[in-house]
Amino acid sequence: MRTATAPLHLHRARSLDDALARLADAPDLRPIAGCTDVFVEANFGTLADRRFLDLWPLRDALGRIELRDDRLVIGALATYTDVLLSPLVRERLPILAEAAAAIGGVQIQNRGTIGGNVANASPAGDTPPVFLAVDAEVVLRSAGGERRVAYGAFHTGYRATARRPDELIVAIEAPPVDGRPFFRKVGTRAAQAISKVVVAGVRGARPAVAVGSIAPTVVRLPETERTLSRGAGRDEVREAVGREIAPIDDVRSTARYRRTVTANLVDDAFFGDR
Amino acid sequence: MNPPDGLSRRRFLKGVGVGALAAGAIPGLQDEAKGKAPTRAKNLLGPEAIEFSLDVNGKARKVKVEPRVTLLDALRNHLDLTGAKKVCDRATCGACTVMVDGKPVYACTMLAVTARGKRIETVESLADGDELAEIQGAFVRNDAQQCGFCTPGFVVACESLLRDDPDPTPERVCDGLGGNLCRCGTYDGVKRAVLEAAKAKRGGGR
Repeated sequence: MRTATAPLHLHRARSLDDALARLADAPDLRPIAGCTDVFVEANFGTLADRRFLDLWPLRDALGRIELRDDRLVIGALATYTDVLLSPLVRERLPILAEAAAAIGGVQIQNRGTIGGNVANASPAGDTPPVFLAVDAEVVLRSAGGERRVAYGAFHTGYRATARRPDELIVAIEAPPVDGRPFFRKVGTRAAQAISKVVVAGVRGARPAVAVGSIAPTVVRLPETERTLSRGAGRDEVREAVGREIAPIDDVRSTARYRRTVTANLVDDAFFGDR
Repeated sequence: MNPPDGLSRRRFLKGVGVGALAAGAIPGLQDEAKGKAPTRAKNLLGPEAIEFSLDVNGKARKVKVEPRVTLLDALRNHLDLTGAKKVCDRATCGACTVMVDGKPVYACTMLAVTARGKRIETVESLADGDELAEIQGAFVRNDAQQCGFCTPGFVVACESLLRDDPDPTPERVCDGLGGNLCRCGTYDGVKRAVLEAAKAKRGGGR
C-alpha cells in the first residue's frame, strides 16, 4: 500500500497579515490553497517542500471577483467554479470563464484557484494565456507592502516567476478588453486533459496572441501581432507564427503537431468564419 | 505474501501500513532533532498526529492523524469508509470523489486536517439502509458499471450534479462528469442513469 506524503508541517493562515508575517519569518513555507497541483507532486513523491502555508481559510478575503476603476479584479483564491459562475467575468472577460471551464473536471474546478494556476507557472496552464493576452497585472503583497507586475514580466522562466518567497499573489487585475477576445485549448479530451496547445488573444485594432504549451513559459507572439495589425494575409500570418514558436516533443504531444495546431488556431481565430 | 490466518485482508494491510508509516517518519524526525529545521515549528501543525473531529455523513467523527494525511486516507484507513476509492491518487480519475460542503472534490488532494468544520458526504451516506438512493438504483437498471471500481466516485459526482441541476441536459451530464474516468467505458450507461434518476426525482416515473 502506498503511503501518502512524507511528514509535513502545515500552518493554517488566520488572516492575510498573519500569512504575510509567516512568510516574512520563514520564506521556505510553500503557500497552498486548493492543492490540485501541489498534491499531485506530493502523492507522486517528487515534492521537496515540507512546510506549507494553507491559504484556503482566507477565501472570504481573497476569493472575491469585483470591478475596481473599470478593472476586473480576480482575487487569488477565486476558484475556477467562482470564475465560471461570475456574471462580471462573463461580461468583462468571457475567455477567462472559457479557460476555467476547460480546466480539469468539476472536482478540480471546485478547488483549483486562479492564484494557484498563475503561481504554479506551468507552461501548459490554461489561464496564463488569457491574462497575458489582455495585459493583466499580478498584484503581489508582502509584509513590506504591495507591488504590481505586468503579466508579461511575471513568468520569468520554466516554472519560475517574479514572486519573491515572502510575497503572496493577492489578485490578478485585467483592464477592459479592446476588441473581441478568443480562447482555444487543444488537449487529448474535452475534460481532465492538460493542454497540448492553448491560445488566447484579442481580435481588434491591436491584435493580441498569447500561447501556452509551446515554450518554457506562456508567450506573446509580437511578430505575429504586427503581421496581423498591418492586415497581412493568412499565409504570412501562419509563417510568422511558425517563426515565433519553439515547441518541443514531450509526453503530451510533438513539436510538429504543436506547430501546426498553433498556426491553425491563430488562423481560425483571425480568418475563420466565426 | 499471504495474510496470516485469522486476519482479514483489510486488517492485515492496516497493520502493514502502520509499520510503513513509522519507518517513513524516522528520517524527518531525525532532521528535526538535529536542529536543521527553522524554529518556527510551534506555529505549525505537524508532523506529529493531531486529534480533531470531522463532520462525516452527518456524524462527528474523531480522527487522530498527521497533517500529511489526505482526506481520502483518513476516510478509508481511519474511519473505515472505503467507498471512496484510491486509484490514481493524483487528481485525475475521480474514484475518490466526495462532497465537501455540498460540492464534489477529489479526496486524494485535500488534507484531512483542512476538512475540519466542513460537511463531508461520502457514497456511504446515499442509501437509506438497504434502500438505494434514486441514482444508485438507476445505475443498476442501466448497467452503468462493469468492474465497478470507479462507480462510487461516479455515483457521488452524479448525485451532486443532480442536486445542482435537477433537470440536466445530456450535454450538462457529460460536462458535470468530465472529472470521472471509467476504464470499462460505461459512460453511456452512466449518462442514461443520471437522466433516468433526474426524471424519477422530478416525479416523472421511470
